[in-house]
Amino acid sequence: MKVNVKYFASIRESVGTGGELLQTTATTLGALRDELIARGGAHAQSLARGRAVRVALNQVMSGEDAALTEGCEVAFFPPVTGG
Amino acid sequence: MAARVVIQTQDFDVGAEIAALRAQDKRVGAVCTFIGTVRDRNDGQSVSTMELEHYPGMTEKSIEGMIDEAFKRFDIYAARVIHRVGPLLPLDQIVLVVVTSAHRGESFQACEFLMDYLKTQAPFWKKEQTPEGARWVDARVSDDQALAKWGIASGNSAA
Repeated sequence: MKVNVKYFASIRESVGTGGELLQTTATTLGALRDELIARGGAHAQSLARGRAVRVALNQVMSGEDAALTEGCEVAFFPPVTGG
Repeated sequence: MAARVVIQTQDFDVGAEIAALRAQDKRVGAVCTFIGTVRDRNDGQSVSTMELEHYPGMTEKSIEGMIDEAFKRFDIYAARVIHRVGPLLPLDQIVLVVVTSAHRGESFQACEFLMDYLKTQAPFWKKEQTPEGARWVDARVSDDQALAKWGIASGNSAA
């Protein structure tokens, strides 16, 4: 399915883009993260397991077992620091 | 009525915002505000400038949800949150929370609740310029602990 992926803050800087449209076979947020890690390079480094990465699905903070749907928006970002 | 949540690059006028929130509402007997500002020091280093990034769309939606939750928990009449993004300097205002209620207790609490919630759940990120270069600000455990006292678990600062 098609997924609209966004990256923010330190993750955006390290992967070198604010987002991309992807065709994926992943069905959950966690599987999508693994797929991106498998690319290697900056994706592997910034999304690596054990790193503090937060994930939002359709603009809601979500756990990695959340299911992807056609055309959904997924965002990867570090812990938030506003206020 | 003005939007409850505004994300903007420009500064805000606290007096005008308070006046707008109180306007014509004769039930109001208490107004609480919180203003967050840019410090010139953080984690032992001097800070010359700060850049705030956010996730347009999710930011507004998440803070709207926090205000809905504040209305459920506290007997308040109105609430407004303004958060700046983009480049900021020490002394600059970053965030404003204004809440009105009949009595002080409810607006004091709602104001603190909204800030505790926003600190750990709203998608903003700060990058600061120090003499040793630029760095992304780390999330604090103390902010997760602040939200926990409202019965809401947050693992924002966790690895």
